[in-house]
Amino acid sequence: MARSALTGTRIRERRTALRMKQADLARAVGVSPAYLNLIEHNRRRVSDSLLDQLAGALSVDPLALSEGAEGALFDGLREAAAAAGLGDPLSAAPELDRIEEFVGRFPGWAAVLAGGQARVAQLERVVEGYAERMAQDPFLLASLHEVLSAVTSLRSTAAILVEAEDIEPQWRARFLRTIQEESLRLSDTAEALVGYLDTLDEAETGLSSPQEELEAWLAARGWHLDEVERPGRFDPEAVIAGVPELASGAGRTLARMYLDRAAADARALPLARLRAALAAEGPEPGRIAAHAGVPLSVVFRRLASLPAGTDGLPALGLVICDGSGTLTFRRPMPGFALPRFGAACPLWPLYEALARPMQPIRAVVDMAGRLPQRFLTFAFCEPRAPAGFDGPVLAEAFMLILPAPAERAASERAVGSSCRICPRAACPGRREPSILTEGQGPRGV
Amino acid sequence: MSGRHVLLIEDEPHIAEAIRFILSRAGWQVSLQHDGLTAMAAIAAAPPDVVILDLMLPGRSGLEILSDLRADARFAALPVLMLTARGQQRDRDAAARAGASAFLSKPFANADVLAAVRALADGEPA
Repeated sequence: MARSALTGTRIRERRTALRMKQADLARAVGVSPAYLNLIEHNRRRVSDSLLDQLAGALSVDPLALSEGAEGALFDGLREAAAAAGLGDPLSAAPELDRIEEFVGRFPGWAAVLAGGQARVAQLERVVEGYAERMAQDPFLLASLHEVLSAVTSLRSTAAILVEAEDIEPQWRARFLRTIQEESLRLSDTAEALVGYLDTLDEAETGLSSPQEELEAWLAARGWHLDEVERPGRFDPEAVIAGVPELASGAGRTLARMYLDRAAADARALPLARLRAALAAEGPEPGRIAAHAGVPLSVVFRRLASLPAGTDGLPALGLVICDGSGTLTFRRPMPGFALPRFGAACPLWPLYEALARPMQPIRAVVDMAGRLPQRFLTFAFCEPRAPAGFDGPVLAEAFMLILPAPAERAASERAVGSSCRICPRAACPGRREPSILTEGQGPRGV
Repeated sequence: MSGRHVLLIEDEPHIAEAIRFILSRAGWQVSLQHDGLTAMAAIAAAPPDVVILDLMLPGRSGLEILSDLRADARFAALPVLMLTARGQQRDRDAAARAGASAFLSKPFANADVLAAVRALADGEPA
C-alpha cells in the first residue's frame, strides 16, 4: 500500500476528532504512547498491519489514513507533472518525490494547480471534439479549401507582381484584377465561415446534437451491437451506461429507441439468415428482402448494422429521413459527404423515393466534392401508420450507399452534399448560392 | 532546357494562370487542362516532359488520373508533380501510393514550382 508522509498527521487528526487520548489509542493497537507520538508527527513510518489496527481503532478506512482526502489532489498534481514533462525537455522536472510536502505546506496552491490541470484536460477533450468536427464537417472542409485556393492564387500572383521584372502592362493589369477577385472571394468565404461558426452550439463533448451523440457512439462500436444479436433479452440501460459519447439525456433516449428497433430488426432477420441471404444475393436490398421474407426497411437497417468487411460486404453507408426530409440516421460512407446541418441535396435518390413511396429506386450518383466520387445507391420509402387507421401516416425513406460499379452509365446522376458547398453551378435543384461557385464556376483545390 | 513541355492540369483558373506565367517566363512550353475528364487524352496526344497535377479536379480526380498514367506503360515513368493542400497528409499519402513523383503543397512559393519542375525534368528528386 502506498504510504503518504502525512499518514501520521491524519491519524492524529482522526484521533483528536474522536476525543481519544494518545495513550488509549496506543494501548488499543499495542504500541507505546511514545512510538505513537513519533508516528503522529510523521517521524516513523507505519507498517501495513499497524495501519490496519489503527484504522480499526479509529473506525476509519485504512486508505483514508494512508492517502487521505488529498488522493485526488495528488493524482491531479501527478497529471500536471506528467503533462509538464511533455513540454520543454530542458526545463526543470517537478519534484515528484516532494509532492506530499508540497501538498502539506501549500494545500491551497496545490489545489489551484490540480484544478488547472483538470481544466486543461477538459479543454483538451473539447479541442479533440473540434478537431474531429474539422476532419468530418463537409462545410468546414469546403470552406477551408476555398480559403486555401484563394490564398494560393493571391500568394503566387502577388509574388509575380513583386518579383517579375519588366512585366507587360496587360499582364500587370490582369494580375491586379486577379488579386482583387481573389480578395473578394476570400472575404466572402470568411464571412460565410464566421456565420456558420456562430450557429454552432457546443456541448462539453464537442458534439452538438443528440443525433450526433448516437452516431458517434455507433461509430465507436463499428455500427454493430453484439447485444442485439444474441438470443434472449438484454438490458438497454446496461448497454448505454457510462458511454462517454452519450453525454445528454436526449442522446441516451435516442440510443434506447435505436436499441429497441435494432433488437426488433435482429429478431425479424437474425444475423445467420442475413448472412445467408447476403451470400446468395449480394448486397442488393430488394433481393435480400425477397430471399429472407422481410420488409425492405428491415434489410436497409440490418445491412447498416453490419461491420464493413462482413462476408466480403463492401464499405457502405445509410441515410434515413422522415417525411420532412430531415436526416434521422447517418452512417457515413467515405467520400459521400453528408451535411452536418440543414437539408441535403434535393437530387439524392432518397428524396425521389420520399416522393414515390413503395417504389424502389436504384441509381448511380456522382458526388461533387474535393474528390468527386461515384456511388451506387438503393432508395426506398415506406409509409407507416403507428397510430392505426385514424392516426397520421408517416413516411420514412432509406438510401443505402455502396461503391459504384467501374462501368459508367449514361443515366448517372450528378448530386452534391448540400447547396451551400456544392460546386455544381448549373443545378436545377439549387435552392441557395454556393460559397464555392458564386460567379466563378466549379472549383476544387 | 528551353522549349521543354509541361502539362498543367489545374481547375483553379488564377492558380493555373500564375503557374503558366512563371514557367513560361523560364522558357517552358506550358499547356493547360482544367478538367480531369480530358486530361488523359491530352497527355496521350502530346506527351509532356512533366505533368503538374492538381489533386482536386472536376470530372476525375488527380488520383484517378495518376493511377491511369501509372497503369499505362507509356506513362509509367512520366514525372508527375502533385499539388496537394497543405496539412492534408492523408491526400499526400494516397498520392504517394498512386505513384506521384513529387509533391507541392498549396499555398506554394513560385520559386518552389520552378525548382520542382526543373528537378523532375532533369531526372532529379524534386
